[in-house]
Amino acid sequence: MNDSQDDSHRQVPRPVARRSVANAEAPSLLQRLGAVWTYRELLGNLTRKELKVKYKNSILGFMWSLLNPLLYLIVFSIVFQQILRAQIPTYAIFLLSGLLVWNLFSTGLASATGSIVGNASLVQKVWFPREVLPLSSIGAALVHFFLQTLVLASAMLVLRHAPSPTGLLLIVPALICLLLILSGLGVFLSALNVKLRDIQHLLELVLLAWFWFTPIVYEYLPIQERLGSSSWIAFINPVLPIVMAFQRALYNPPSGIVLPDESLLWYFRNLGVSAVAGVVLVIVGFMMFGRMEADLAEEI
Amino acid sequence: MSTGITIDSVTKEFRIHDQQAKSLKERFISMGRSSYTEFLALDDVSFEVPSGTTVGLLGHNGSGKSTLLKCVAGTLRPNKGSIRYEGRLAALLELGAGFHPDLTGRENIYLNGSIMGMSSRQIDRIFDDVVAFAELSAFIDQQVKYYSSGMYARLGFAMAVNVDPEILLIDEVLAVGDEAFSRKCLDRIDQFQKAGTTILFVSHSVELARELCDQIAVLDAGKMIAFGDPNDAVRSYRASLHERGLTAAGDSGEIAATGEVKLVKSWVEMPVEARDWVRPDEQLRIHAVYESAMKIDDILFAIALHDQRGTLIHSSNSSVMGTEIHEIDGRVHVTYLLTHIPLLFGTYDVSLGAHTQNGGYLYSQEDAVLRFNVGDSAKADGIIEMPFTVTVEPVDSRVGSD
Repeated sequence: MNDSQDDSHRQVPRPVARRSVANAEAPSLLQRLGAVWTYRELLGNLTRKELKVKYKNSILGFMWSLLNPLLYLIVFSIVFQQILRAQIPTYAIFLLSGLLVWNLFSTGLASATGSIVGNASLVQKVWFPREVLPLSSIGAALVHFFLQTLVLASAMLVLRHAPSPTGLLLIVPALICLLLILSGLGVFLSALNVKLRDIQHLLELVLLAWFWFTPIVYEYLPIQERLGSSSWIAFINPVLPIVMAFQRALYNPPSGIVLPDESLLWYFRNLGVSAVAGVVLVIVGFMMFGRMEADLAEEI
Repeated sequence: MSTGITIDSVTKEFRIHDQQAKSLKERFISMGRSSYTEFLALDDVSFEVPSGTTVGLLGHNGSGKSTLLKCVAGTLRPNKGSIRYEGRLAALLELGAGFHPDLTGRENIYLNGSIMGMSSRQIDRIFDDVVAFAELSAFIDQQVKYYSSGMYARLGFAMAVNVDPEILLIDEVLAVGDEAFSRKCLDRIDQFQKAGTTILFVSHSVELARELCDQIAVLDAGKMIAFGDPNDAVRSYRASLHERGLTAAGDSGEIAATGEVKLVKSWVEMPVEARDWVRPDEQLRIHAVYESAMKIDDILFAIALHDQRGTLIHSSNSSVMGTEIHEIDGRVHVTYLLTHIPLLFGTYDVSLGAHTQNGGYLYSQEDAVLRFNVGDSAKADGIIEMPFTVTVEPVDSRVGSD
């Protein structure tokens, strides 16, 4: 409403009034975040574009994004429950509660990293805050995440598996932490990938290793037993508290199995560490992006 | 109200990597000795586009004009200097930049609008105008990949001009589309100029730039070599091209005038002073006063007459007419005497020029500098007054059939 008020004396609507200085110096962190906020509607539209384009001309369309976790569910259930005889009751719920949030992280990060290279023509010809590109890739991954949660919700209904009512308080903070980490890393890597195309291939490998080091298909307890008093090492992984928060809330195991027998506060405290990591990554990521941004249109 | 654009000692340097080392392995191999050459695309360029005026950017290929426009648009960041403006800026760097082929025209209007920083409510309000201007109402819900390049460009232009920019950057996009659409675009630019939009316009066409711009900046190899009055700037531009052995587009291959000899004044002397037209059987004198800055011995004076459709009626010069000029120094008065004007009723333009005997070096060229009217001619169609009589006689059929 604001932008239409000061325009009221003119008939033709106009784009957001812009005062601009194209200096040799890069804009500050606050200026960049402000620019992203001004262009938030573009963020929404690019996210929508990404979703539309991804499944255009495909018959199953959005169903594909649901088939991915279903396939994982079937394969891991067979491997872990039938072959490796893992002692995790209602394994399907356990797996999905951690896997979906991991999927959000890995697909979001991978697509954000490729986003600027993938939109080269746009970057070379039009000005807008470039951070919007990786952020919209993350937005699209977030939409897929919500769709995939429907699979988990229906699985929980079918298996009559109740989430932890108090544990659900963890969900929103955990999601915010993940989005912070994702945005910081994604924005940084998207610019780095322009200079060094290896990043997107390297990232695939790193994400694979990262996935197996995060207790998603297996439970956290063996890690804790193994590391003993130095189990803090596991928490170097800022995604771990987030995955565990989801498991605690949705899988909601009886006390003492699968997840450590700790109070809700313990989970919140761990999330706090993730939140700090997320904020630091956002600051560093956007700042590094700013330093590399000047050459993006040339190097792409 | 916008404040215009201030371009303050802008320098842009490109690194041209001998071979782009894009992968880690390549970086590793070439570590420490990354080989690139530096290329100065813009070298300390400063000028101002005053609010509400149109400034043209002329320059040969690679002179840096597109780079400068991209710096203003913000897609490139200068290495030194600053560019300041205030107001809503729309850039027509490439029509339809940012359209996604898989989305429909409608979806692309919304996406493109938000790339320009508009809210969806604002786009709602201009949507119908955009579609009408682009003449695409029948195709607006089709995917853009099925559009012809003309339709694509029309949608891009319609989008850019309907956001009502205060500052408009245009890069040679008017060449796209058919005659009628490019006329429409020019009309729209004219409207913008009347409405006080600040425009920075890059063109290869000298004529278009001269027609549209209040001032022209000329770039040559990244340096600004001229800024100001369009005619002076165009002269510098032609001179810079001449040095490179090139000619300007839209110049029909003529050579750049050097200005060593200047036309000081020129006039048409009518046979009857009270009348502003001449009869075909009357005499007409065309006077020209030239001034040379130095002694010049290789020179001739030329004249050309064109009708209003641009058809060349007559072109000749002092040498062809047998008038030898040994040398000139300072002012000379050249008089062309047309003993009769065998032309039909109409208005005719006179162009005057001065160049070397072989025509290779042009001192001065003034197109359509004078005009005169011919009246009281024969009632005929065509160009020339051709005296003739007609006789009609009966034919004796008996003689013929014998």
